[in-house]
Formats: sequence, structure tokens, C-alpha cells
Amino acid sequence: MKVEIRNARVIDPRHGVDRKASLFIADGRIVAIGDAPDGWRPKRVLEAAGLIACPGLIDVSARLREPGFEYKATLESEMLAAVAGGVTSLACPPDTDPPLDEPGLVEMLKHRARSLDRAHVYPIGALTVGLKGGTITEMGELSEAGCIAFSHADSPLEDTQILLRAMQYAATFGYPVWLRPQDAHLARGGVAHDGEVATRLGLAAVPPFAETIALDTIFALARATGSRVHLARLSTHEGVARVRDAKRSGLAVTCDVAANHVHLCDTDIGWFDANCHLVPPLRSVRDRDALRTGLADGTIDLICSDHTPVDDDAKQLPFAESEAGATGLELLLPLTLKWARETKLPLATALSRITADPARVLAIDAGHLGVGAPADVCIFDPEAWWTVERASLKSQGKNTPFLGIELAGKVRYTLVGGQVVYEA
Amino acid sequence: MANPQLNDKGELNHLLTLEGLPGEVIGRILDTAVPFVSIAERDVKKVPLLRGKTVFNLFFENSTRTRTTFEIAAKRLSADVINLNIGVSSTSKGETLLDTIDNLVAMNADMFVVRHGESGAPHLIARHLSTSGRPGIHVINAGDGRHQHPTQGLLDLFTIRHYKQDFHRLTVAIVGDLLHSRVARSLIHGLTTLGTPEVRAIGPQTLLPAAVESLGVHVFHDMAKGLSGADVIVMLRLQSERMKGALLPSPGEFFKHYGLTVDKLALAKPDAIVMHPGPMNRGVEIDSAVADGKHSVILPQVTFGIAVRMAVMSMLGAS
Amino acid sequence: MRGAVAINAALVGIYSGGAWLAERLAQMLPGEHPVGYIDVSFYRDDYSTKGLRANVATTTLPFEVGGSRIVLVDDVLYTGRSVRAAINELFDYGRPDSIELAVLVDRGGRELPIEPTYVGARVSVARNLSIVLQRDLDGRLELTVEPSGVQGG
Repeated sequence: MKVEIRNARVIDPRHGVDRKASLFIADGRIVAIGDAPDGWRPKRVLEAAGLIACPGLIDVSARLREPGFEYKATLESEMLAAVAGGVTSLACPPDTDPPLDEPGLVEMLKHRARSLDRAHVYPIGALTVGLKGGTITEMGELSEAGCIAFSHADSPLEDTQILLRAMQYAATFGYPVWLRPQDAHLARGGVAHDGEVATRLGLAAVPPFAETIALDTIFALARATGSRVHLARLSTHEGVARVRDAKRSGLAVTCDVAANHVHLCDTDIGWFDANCHLVPPLRSVRDRDALRTGLADGTIDLICSDHTPVDDDAKQLPFAESEAGATGLELLLPLTLKWARETKLPLATALSRITADPARVLAIDAGHLGVGAPADVCIFDPEAWWTVERASLKSQGKNTPFLGIELAGKVRYTLVGGQVVYEA
Repeated sequence: MANPQLNDKGELNHLLTLEGLPGEVIGRILDTAVPFVSIAERDVKKVPLLRGKTVFNLFFENSTRTRTTFEIAAKRLSADVINLNIGVSSTSKGETLLDTIDNLVAMNADMFVVRHGESGAPHLIARHLSTSGRPGIHVINAGDGRHQHPTQGLLDLFTIRHYKQDFHRLTVAIVGDLLHSRVARSLIHGLTTLGTPEVRAIGPQTLLPAAVESLGVHVFHDMAKGLSGADVIVMLRLQSERMKGALLPSPGEFFKHYGLTVDKLALAKPDAIVMHPGPMNRGVEIDSAVADGKHSVILPQVTFGIAVRMAVMSMLGAS
Repeated sequence: MRGAVAINAALVGIYSGGAWLAERLAQMLPGEHPVGYIDVSFYRDDYSTKGLRANVATTTLPFEVGGSRIVLVDDVLYTGRSVRAAINELFDYGRPDSIELAVLVDRGGRELPIEPTYVGARVSVARNLSIVLQRDLDGRLELTVEPSGVQGG
């Protein structure tokens, strides 16, 4: 179908494009930018004056809760939330129930997602069977079934020898390994950052060196094995500094930060707001500022939502008993825009962190609007303010620290493969 | 998020924490407690202030001592008291914490006294009561995890005021397991709010929380130095049931470095008072000679505790 | 009151005006009369609307209430509610043989069936005014009329 996106401000960070233009789409791909092809007769025209058209967002961590956690959310609701948030490709962690450690489960998930005809789903496979930290999974089979990387989600992988073997095996075949830099023993029982706030509130704490010690271990093993490592969810200023040094020394490592951590810190817990119970925990202002600096200078490659829908019952508990996590697919864009606005960062740089850069890390042909690229496009109004409320969220998870807050950036159209899969 | 324990007139609607409670409110509670002390000496130890009201003691953590003092306090105010021991975890019963609250509200509860193993549980309950449209029901925190134990903090302040009058010239030393202690957190907030110039935290590194100085205390690892010139010594209970993962080698080792003996007490001021929230572990935190000695005000603390709790309940019952 | 009050009757003054008067009466009446003070704050019937007053004083009754003859003393008798509260409080201490009531001023306006045994003066005052007993530094007592702040008894 021929679709024209007329007079948008087209921002394509990968190709350095930021200008007013129209986009021309046919057969699911971008066929021209700026001038219409000869004999152009579009089936549908999207009037985009005053709107920004950027590559469809790529979210590297979104929990869809299937299989196993359907009472928290389903593919239907979460895929709708994805495209409502302008996300056209997402990667989901393996901590489903059962975990994604078998090709059959992966195939079923991909099949389900494909039949919904919304965003592209890239499953991340489990690094060990059952995520138990023992036997490594059949990574070859899982890769063939569609896994683009292997991770341990938030489960501890305490046995460093097993971690070494898993990284060696993955490196043999070139599979990326995604790891949470968190020392299981030091983080055990902790629900908040080890600082003033946790002390005042009497919450068990996670010290920052739980992250730095894990980073040191991972770097050493990465150097020894040549494994391609992606660090999932940085949270400390010391961690950012370590990653900067490691990259400078030539280590091929990438990392990300969750959108909530770009904005919030431990004081936002207030009087025990369980929506601020996150993993890794929200840390101090100094840590948050270091994360922002790291994002701006590219030390941190990308922002993800770390979308984790949690049912109300699991949040309406005393802080430490509540389930950790926040819903976030629909907030990825406005929170990225908020960061750009507050730190006076060029919009293209900010958008790169949720388009071109995640595409690079996932090694997929997406996140850009070059001629010939798949027509995955997000068209949004950067000046439209909306209040984050239960009713305005499409996700089944209403658990976000930003409830009641006004944010700017509303998606008007989302296209996947040239099809309009969402319009507001 | 606004402090939910004061209503919009600045009156006490719940007692959840001493943190952020204005000095005038603390002072008013202590003043209100004074006449309640003498009621214990009468034959008829009751006044009719809470007659017809129902107080639910909701204890998710076992504590016969604290529950009993709240029960006595409520009964002396002529309230009806129901005791509920929910056991270790509400979820082990299948019913969530808030469902339990909703059920009890349906039974016309006027006041909840809540003790829970997790920090923030009373705040959760108070928030739930106001968002579900029941503003007239009051919550008293009888101890939440390691967060706060505000009535204990208040009775400790009352005791100190009774013996020492003016907070502005005092040196108060708090000794022991501050990391796990809700009593310490409440007391420290109360002391700093009332203008105590020198509050000391004495203990090994393993038992002091991160950034503890940010609460306004001076840290001492050497007990002799920490007790020097102290007017008030508060010995904390060694919370063996809260200790996980090698925080201390043994109670004997603890007593050697941080137990209060007659010799160590001699380093404090000659008229220093010794306090303990109870129950005491004799020979671990404190020597019997000190616990039973003339500096000890541990038994009066118990009496004052009932009066302070009566004061809190009657102030809440009136708002 | 001279000659009418029982020999060993206790004089119990209701804080604060009644307390001063009880002391004065003890000096002026013949015989030995124990003096007690009663604060009725915990027994008032307006607790749920007005809350607890600040500065509650301590009730002191230095004699055996059970079997005693008591004269309750107050400065102004108005609705009768303070006296009701005082009687209830006295009975929580024991069962007196008898209770009589002595007031300096009776301003009428009763809301309960309470009558004084001994009255200094009967005075009529508008509802929006209060009669207040004050004591200066030399111990001299003085009655004044002022606009109402607190409801009288």
C-alpha cells in the first residue's frame, strides 16, 4: 500500500537527517524522502505538519508477561501499549514462566507476536536452563528459533566458573551475552540504594559496589573470552566511569539504562511509594546525573523502558514485599524527550538512543529511515502534553512512578512495515 | 508526597513516624501524657475518653510486651480492645494486608494499632484508608520493620524530659544495633527535633546503617569515648532474630566491647540515666548491676509508656 | 456556710477558680477541712467535638473518698456540666457519703438538673459573656465579666 507522510519534521539520527520533508512508503519500505517518486498516487496520506517523524522506537527490554504471567498482562495488551508508545521493535527478556530456554517456547512467542501484526518481537534467550545458573542452554537451537542474544534477566548467576563457560560458549558462535551487573550476594535482600533514604526509611539496601564488583568481574571475563557483552541497566556513577574506561581501553562492550533511572532518584520513594520499587534501585542524585552524562556522551549506548507490568495486588504491599518493576512502553518516548529538554541536548542525539543505537546493539536493520529501509515509523507531537493516568495507559500494568504527572510527547501514528498499526 | 499523619489543620490524624513531626506537636503529646501518669495510681484507673470506640491491635509480628501496653492504655481510656495476631506474614494467610484492613473497617474499627515486620506497612494502611474514603479511622504505628517505633520514641523523650528537663544541654548516647533498630530511628528524630545538641551512635561498623551521620548523630566505635560525659545512655536490644549473615561473632564478644558495665557507666556524668526499650538481654547489652542500679530508669519507662500511649490515643480520638 | 458544713467535710475545688476558692474557704471555715483539687478534662462531655484541652492539671484528693462528706467548690455555676463531670470523676475514686455544692456565682442557664447547696450571689448575664474569677500575684481574687471564649460550667 502506498502511504505518504506529508510535511513532517523528519529526524533520522543514523543518517544525520533533521529537516522538513515528506516520506513516501510503498510495499512496506521507504521509497523516497523529500520529493515524490514519479507517478505517485498514495492510498493514504498522513498529514504531519507540526509533527516529528522518526524511526519507530526500539525498546531492548520489555516484558510481555507471556508465557506464564497472563494475569499481569498479555501479548494483546502489551503489544498495543508498544505501538501506542511508538515502539515498532522490542526485545523481551527470558524471565517468563517457564523461562525462554527451549526453542518451542521461543517459536510460540514469535508466532503469537507475528499473528498480532503489531511490533517486531526479538526474544532474548535464557543463558542457563531454567535461569537456575547451572547448565547452559542450547544456544544454537535457541538462536535458530529466533533468539538474538542470551541473558540471565535479574536472576543471580553466582558461579563465576559457569558464567565463564557460558560466555566462552556464546563467544564461540558469536552470540551476544546480556548481563545485569549485580553481585548476587551483596545485593541479597536489598530493595533500595544504600544511602540516606534507605537509612531513614529502614529499608534493606543494595550498596553501589554490588554493581562495580560485578562490572569488574564481567569485564575480566569478557576480555578473557572475547564475548560480546551488553550490560543491562546501569545505576551507579562508579559504574558509568568503569564502562567509560573499559570502552576507552578497547573492550567491545555496550550498555543501557532504564528510562526511570534517567529521571528519578531514591528520594522519589517518598513515603514508601511502591511504584518506585525498581531493579536496580533508584540511586542518588549524583548517580542519576552521571547516568545522564554517560547517555549524552555515548558511554551508555541506549535507553530502554524495562517495561514490567505488575498487577495492583502485587504493588499494594509494604515496600519491600511489593513486586519490583514499572510499566514503561508508553513512557519511553516522553521520558526521552523530557531528558533532552532538561539537559538541552539536541533532539536527534536523544532520539538516537531509542532508535539507531538500540538497532546497532541488537544488530538488526531498523531504527533508521534510509531509502529502502523497512517502513517502521513513529510520528509524534512533541508539544502535546498528557497526564499519565490509569485510563490513559494501554498496558495492563498501571504501575509507574509517573502516575499523575504531565509529560510532553504524544504518538499520533505508528507504522510497522508501512502499515498504520496505531493512530491516536 | 505529603506527610499523611497530619490533617490539613496540622492536627495529628495518625501516628506513623516521628520524622517530620513538628516540635510543638511532640511537646503537646508529652504535656498531655503528664496527667495520665497519675491515673495509674488511682483505684479506678479509667477515664471515659474513648468510651464506645473500638481499637484493633493488629500485630503481624509477635510482641506480647508492646501489645499489652497498648491494650492497657486503650482500656484505661475505656475503649473496647480487640487483639489480632496475624502471624509472620499476611500473605501466608492468603488474605492481603489491605483486605484484612477492609474487613476490620467493616466491623466498625475506630483505631488500628499496627505492628508489622516491613517498613512502610502503617503508611500503606493510612494511605489506603484515606484513598478509600475513611478519614476518621486512625492508625498508630507500633513498630514497622526497622523504620520507626514512634510511641517508644515518645516515651523515651518523656522519660528524658522527666529526669533532665531541658534537651538543649544534653549529650545522649545510643548504643548497639542501630542498623536494625526502629527505636533508635524514632528516638534520634525526636531528639534532634527537640534541639538536643549532641546525639551519639555507638556500635561496631556492621551494626551502623549507611550514612547514619545524615540523621544528625556522631558516630563512635569506641564505647569509652562515646560514653564520656553522657547525660543519657540508651542501650538498644541486640536483635538476634533480625540478624542475618554474620553481623557479629557472638553475644559474648558484643558484651566485651559494647555492653554497659558499672566501669563504663562511670565514664558518663555522675547523674546519668540509663534507659533500655526492653526486653533486656542481661549480660549481653547490659550488666545486671547496672540494670538494677540507681542510674537505671528502665522500669519507669514502662509506666511512662502507658501514659504516653494514652495521650496519643486520646489526641487521635478527638480529631 | 458557717455552721452548715459538716465538721470534717473535704472541700474539693474544680480547677482553677474552684481550687482557689476551696483554699480560701478552708481558711475561713472553722474546723479541719482537707482540701482537694479536681481537673474534669477527662470527664467532659464535649471531648469529641472540642478535643483535649492543653495543660490538663492533676487531680489531687489527699483523703479517703469512700465514706467521706464532700463539698464541691466552683466559681461559676452555669449549665451544670462541669459539676456533672466532677461528680462522675469523684465516684471513680470511691463512694462518698454525701456531696454538696458550693458556688460563688450562680448565673442560671442550667442544662442539667443540678442545684447548689451554698450560693454567693445570683447574677444574670447574656449568653455571649463569661464570668471569670481571677487571682492576682498577691492572692487577691476578683470576678470579672468578659466576652465568651470557653463555655463555662
